[in-house]
Amino acid sequence: MAKPVDLRRFTGFRAITWLCLFVLYAPLVIVAIYSFNDSTSITRWGGFSLKWYVDVFTGPEAPKFRDAAINSFSIAIGAAICATLIATAAAVAMNRTGRFRGKTASLALINLPLMVPEIVTAVASLVFFITIGFKTGLLTIFIAHVVFCIPFAYLPISARMQSVPDVYEQAAMDLYATPWEAFRLVLLPLMVPGILSGFLLAFIISLDDFLITNFVKGAGVETLPTAIFGSVKQGIKPNIMAISTLLLGVSVVFVTLSWIIGRAGQSKR
Amino acid sequence: MSGGAPGGASKSDIYRGNGPRLMLPAWIFIGVFLVAPVAIMAVYSVLTKEFRGGVIWDFTLAAYDQFFLDRGLFGDEPASIEWTYIGIFWRSIWQAGLATVLCLLIGFPTAWFIATRDVKERSVWLFLITVPYWVNLLIRTVSMKFLIRDTGPLNELLLALGVIDGPLALVNTNFAVQLGLFYSYLPFMVLPIYAAVERYDFSMSEAAADLYASSWQTLRLVILPVVKPGIVAGCILVFVPSLGAFLAPDLLGGAKTFMIGSLIEEQFKGAAGNWPFGAAASMILLTIVMGVLLVHARAQTKGEK
Repeated sequence: MAKPVDLRRFTGFRAITWLCLFVLYAPLVIVAIYSFNDSTSITRWGGFSLKWYVDVFTGPEAPKFRDAAINSFSIAIGAAICATLIATAAAVAMNRTGRFRGKTASLALINLPLMVPEIVTAVASLVFFITIGFKTGLLTIFIAHVVFCIPFAYLPISARMQSVPDVYEQAAMDLYATPWEAFRLVLLPLMVPGILSGFLLAFIISLDDFLITNFVKGAGVETLPTAIFGSVKQGIKPNIMAISTLLLGVSVVFVTLSWIIGRAGQSKR
Repeated sequence: MSGGAPGGASKSDIYRGNGPRLMLPAWIFIGVFLVAPVAIMAVYSVLTKEFRGGVIWDFTLAAYDQFFLDRGLFGDEPASIEWTYIGIFWRSIWQAGLATVLCLLIGFPTAWFIATRDVKERSVWLFLITVPYWVNLLIRTVSMKFLIRDTGPLNELLLALGVIDGPLALVNTNFAVQLGLFYSYLPFMVLPIYAAVERYDFSMSEAAADLYASSWQTLRLVILPVVKPGIVAGCILVFVPSLGAFLAPDLLGGAKTFMIGSLIEEQFKGAAGNWPFGAAASMILLTIVMGVLLVHARAQTKGEK
C-alpha cells in the first residue's frame, strides 16, 4: 500500500529555498534602497531623494564615470560581437561537420577560459602583452574580453543548434543550395534566439569583468567596474551605490531579455 | 552531448570537411591570447626578478625556492620549510572548502525544491536564482560590505532589536571573507544540482518507499547517489573560483585574511612587485585547479563505463 506521503517533499526545503533567495537578494535590495537616501551619512535614512543619481550624471566625478561607461559599453558591444561570431562558427564546426581531427580538443579549448582561474588569466594576459611589447589600453582589454566571452556565447548557441534538426538544411541542399546558402538562408534564421542569447550573455560578462580588466587596462584607462573599485577602496560613497544600482538594473534587463528570447526560441519549435 | 534529432535524422555532416576551418578563429584567439600567455607565465616563473617589477632572462628556481623554503633573512641558513605562503594557500583551500560546504547545505535543498515544482513555476524560480549570478560580482561584494559594515544596516538592525549591545566588527575578518565567497558563488551550486534532480526518476523513490524506507533514508541511500554528478559539478563550480577569488578577500578581508588571489595580485600590482614569484604562485594555483578538474574528469569517464 502506498503511503499518502509526497515523495518529492522534504520538510524544510521550501524554507531553505526562501532563505537562499533572501540571502541572494537582501544585500542588493538594501544597496538599491540606500542609493535613494537623502542623508549625507550613508547609513542613516534621511528620506527619499534622487540626488545621488543627479550627482552621478552632473557631479564632480561625472566625467570620470561617463568616460568609464563609454569604455565599458563600447568594449562590451565589440567583444560580444566578436565572441558571438567566433562562437557561431565554432558551433557549426562542432554540430554540423561530422568528425574531424582535433574535435575533442576543440571543445576543451573553447571551455578553457572557464577553467583557468580568472586571476591567472589576468596575470598571464598582462605578462603576455608586456612581453610582446603591446601597449596596454583599450585594445588589450577588448582582446582579453573576447577570449573569456567565447565560452559564454558558445553555450547557448551550441545548445540551440543541437535542438534544431537539420532536415531543413538537408531539404535546401536537395534543392541545390550551396552549403553557404543553406547556412545563411536556413540555419542562421533558425539560430537567431540562440545567437541573441549568446550575444547578451557575452555582453554582460564583458560589462561585469573587473579582475582581468584591472590587469590589462593600462594607466589612465578605466571601465565602470575598475572605476567603482577605485572609489570603493576609499570607502563606500552614496554615488557609488547609485552607479551600482544603475549597473544592476542593466544586468537585470539583459538577463531578462536573454531569458525571454530563450523561451521564445523553445516554444517556437 | 549525444542524443540525435527527433526522428533520428543524421544531423552532423552538412558542412562536412569545414570543421577545422570553422574552428580556426576560436583556436587562434584562445591559443594566442590564453594558451600562449599561460605558457609565457610558466617561463616567467623560472626567471630572475628585476627590481620593481619585470624580469631578467636568467633561468633560476628562486621563485619556487622562496615559496617553499625559508633560508633566513640573508639566505645563508640551512633551508627549512617556509610556512608563510603554504599557509596562505592552505587558508585559501580551507575558505574555499568551507564556502563549498555551506553552498551545498543551502544549494541542495533549494535545487531540489525548485526541480520538484510544476514546469511553469520551476522556470520562474530558476530565473530568480539566475539573476544574481549575472549581477556584477564587484557590485555584489560591495553590497555585502555595505550590509555588514560596523555602522551598516545589519548592525543597526541587530542593535535596534536588542540582540547585541555594541556593533559587531564583521568587516576585515575571516568570517566576512567566508560570507563573501558563499554569497558570490551560491548560484553556481544550485544550477547543476537542479539539472541533475530534474532528470531523477521518481519511481526509484517509490520503490524505496514500497520497501519501507523513510524519506530521509530514501534521500541518503537512493537520491544522493543518483544526483551525485550534479552535486560534484556544483562543488567544483564553487570551489575553483573561490580558491582564486580576489574581490571577496580584498574588499571584505584585511591583511590577516590574505588569500592566493591577493598574493598574486600584490606581486604584479603592489609596490614590492616580484613577477617571477607571482608567476610561480599562479602556476601552483593553476596546478591545483587543473588537478581538481582532472580528478573530476577521470571519475566521470569511469562512471560512464
